[in-house]
Amino acid sequence: MTKSNIAIELINVDKHFGAVHANDKVNLSVKTGTIHGIVGENGAGKSTLMSILYGFYQADSGQIKVFDKDFRATSSKQSIEAGIGMVHQHFMLVDNFTVLENVILGSEGGALITESLANARVELTRLAKEYGLEVELDIAVEELSVGMQQRVEILKGLYKGAKVLILDEPTGVLTPQESDELFRIFEALKNEGVTIILITHKLREIMNITDHVSVMRAGKMVAHRETSKTNPEELAELMIGRKVLLNIKKSKAKIGKPLLVAKNLEINNEQGLKRVSEVSFEARSGEILGIAGVTGNGQGTLLKALAGILPLTKGSIEIMGETISPKSRLNPEQLRNLGVAHVPEDRQKMGMIADFSASETALMGYQNDKDLNQGIWLKKSLVKANCASIMEAFDVRPPNPNLMSSNFSGGNQQKLILAREFERDPEVLIIGQPTRGVDIGAIEFIRKRIIQMRDAGKAIVLISVELEEIMSLSDRIIVMCDGVITGTVNGADADEATLGMMMANALESPAEVKGAEV
Amino acid sequence: MSDFFLTTVLTFDASVRICVPLIFASMAGLFAERSGVVDIGLEGKLLMSAFIAASAASVFGSPWLGLIAGMFASSVLAMIHGFASITYKGNQIVSGVAINILASGLTMILTLAWFKRGGITPTLQNDERFLSITLPGVDIIDHIPIIGVIYRELISGHNILVYLAFVIVPIVWWVVYRTRFGLRLRAVGENPKAVDTAGLSVEGLRYRALLVGGILCGIGGAYISTAYTAQFTKEMTAGAGFIALAALIFGKWHPYKVLAACFLFAFLQALSIRLQGVVFPVIGEIPVQLIDAAPYILTIILLAGFIGKAVPPKASAQPYIKEL
Repeated sequence: MTKSNIAIELINVDKHFGAVHANDKVNLSVKTGTIHGIVGENGAGKSTLMSILYGFYQADSGQIKVFDKDFRATSSKQSIEAGIGMVHQHFMLVDNFTVLENVILGSEGGALITESLANARVELTRLAKEYGLEVELDIAVEELSVGMQQRVEILKGLYKGAKVLILDEPTGVLTPQESDELFRIFEALKNEGVTIILITHKLREIMNITDHVSVMRAGKMVAHRETSKTNPEELAELMIGRKVLLNIKKSKAKIGKPLLVAKNLEINNEQGLKRVSEVSFEARSGEILGIAGVTGNGQGTLLKALAGILPLTKGSIEIMGETISPKSRLNPEQLRNLGVAHVPEDRQKMGMIADFSASETALMGYQNDKDLNQGIWLKKSLVKANCASIMEAFDVRPPNPNLMSSNFSGGNQQKLILAREFERDPEVLIIGQPTRGVDIGAIEFIRKRIIQMRDAGKAIVLISVELEEIMSLSDRIIVMCDGVITGTVNGADADEATLGMMMANALESPAEVKGAEV
Repeated sequence: MSDFFLTTVLTFDASVRICVPLIFASMAGLFAERSGVVDIGLEGKLLMSAFIAASAASVFGSPWLGLIAGMFASSVLAMIHGFASITYKGNQIVSGVAINILASGLTMILTLAWFKRGGITPTLQNDERFLSITLPGVDIIDHIPIIGVIYRELISGHNILVYLAFVIVPIVWWVVYRTRFGLRLRAVGENPKAVDTAGLSVEGLRYRALLVGGILCGIGGAYISTAYTAQFTKEMTAGAGFIALAALIFGKWHPYKVLAACFLFAFLQALSIRLQGVVFPVIGEIPVQLIDAAPYILTIILLAGFIGKAVPPKASAQPYIKEL
């Protein structure tokens, strides 16, 4: 045996992007025919490392060996030739091409494609059968579901002869069923001797599917473990460098007077369809009111109406002494001036503008503040100073007000938006999906801050599709299904099963029985 | 009746002649835009090529040398556009406009410098330009009613570049949809990242697309000054490059549909020439300017979504910057 069983070996791989040290002398070795997980928080350098291996970026220094041969890629071409395939987090597919065309792109064979397509069809049919990767070959990729598009990416790699397949956050876009299906495919690939490198920050996946796991933190490789000899707690601690406090302790709520009273709300969404009806609730000072529900059951529409973005068609909202009704609207700016802060559900679309600087994002919504304006001029230096101070308060990294918003990781973008709203010291906070797509360290930080606001006597309305988040934060929980409230529970009494039943509106004896219904 | 028929055939015949530079330019634009580079400099490339082709044909006494020189000049401009917008990732519209201004100014200055005349080149003799070709069998088919006239007036009697224009369209279709280069071209205009991660060079593909466009535009320009007319005159392309761009959008970046759009726009132009000064009963004289403006108006209506939908290649106008 002259050949070792190491598929990939990275020795002291180093990479800078300007001032950012993305990969700091990283070492890694991956055994042939295994599933190797790489975990780390967002921005830990996992994707950069894999992109170096895939030839998309070049390392500043260090050595790479692929199947014991020295390897240096200046483009993905060499990596493909060396037998490395990569499924990126955002798929690298041409939407209006067919599956077949996407697969052959870059390895067509001859100058004419008719024959290449015919050959590829035969080969793909074989691969599909072998690995259980069936997908329709003549359909445009844009018409496929996300799970199917991912299959196309895997097929692409296999068609090009990949012996090592890198998958970057493959389950981030999949439903639980699709994820299970993907893991089944992993097993099939592994049985055929394919080496799989799985990048993720979901520890459950690591525990379930991998043989080995390596942990990255802040550009460094901090640990290598055999999966069977570790546990999620240890991995989480390695990832963020200290004990994680996922169950946040909170003191007893000191509930005060109602600051927001919603009565019989009926709301249409942007398309004019009725999404919320007969919704009434109060949010009181010093409590967190959680609104649970499966995505798309009216919570988002409700949130927008509370923030003044959508008008009411019926009912009224009393908020900070003012009344909103179908006839008298308050716009988001007026609401902000009253002391109502809004953290939108979709931070990319509503919370910020990707190519604005951090200081501009931190100003959004408050650009008319008297303090920040002088005549028609904005006091730019003050805006930046404000941004720097809220960045410090919320530990936004890197703390650079001039950096483009899109250059922050998801967690840091979210922290910046929360900082913008929280640091204005509002009385009512309307918060949507505060920790969606955010890494563990940031989740803990954000939840603590929300509880701090509650303890400071604010009224908080929290909408989240993460049941675990609703349960760990809320003092009171409202469950919505199909636009109506299907249950109200005290936070302390909530259990997952009951909430789940309410979310499906399948409870035998509804928490609130309406007289009109038989 | 037969008079009307002949007039119709002659109008179509004029449309064919007007159509030729539009076809070459719009096919050039098709390559560029399919690769993700917006090419608003078609007009400048046509103009430059028209000037260089007429000059070379006059100096060397050969239309073929003129054609080659025109293709070369237009390709040089295409590469400048590529250098600014691909290598240096500049704004493609700005770069294209610069090409147009450059061509407009340079042609003026060079006519003065080379020929001591402002804005014109010497008139080309017959052996210095592309002449009409009479196709075989005209005398025989001429006796057949209708078809005879169509064959004599419409199909026969054009110069070689006209026939080339109509041959080039199916070739472009074939290249775009049946070859490896075409597949990569379409991919790079839709999702350059997919091309990059497939191990192909985004920049290389875009340069090649622009070069093909430069050559095609060069033929179109040479046609205007050495075939359609017999000398270069100031701003003689008269917006053909922009109409070609409109045809490209109107034809939704598909070779055959673009050809149809070119022909439609050329027909409108031919019509406006024929209708000049003609007084109709009731309506009176039709304002020719209105017909001239028709291609642009139609394109705007299309873009506004009234006639189907024009979806440009997704990566169009975006310089490719490598990042995750």
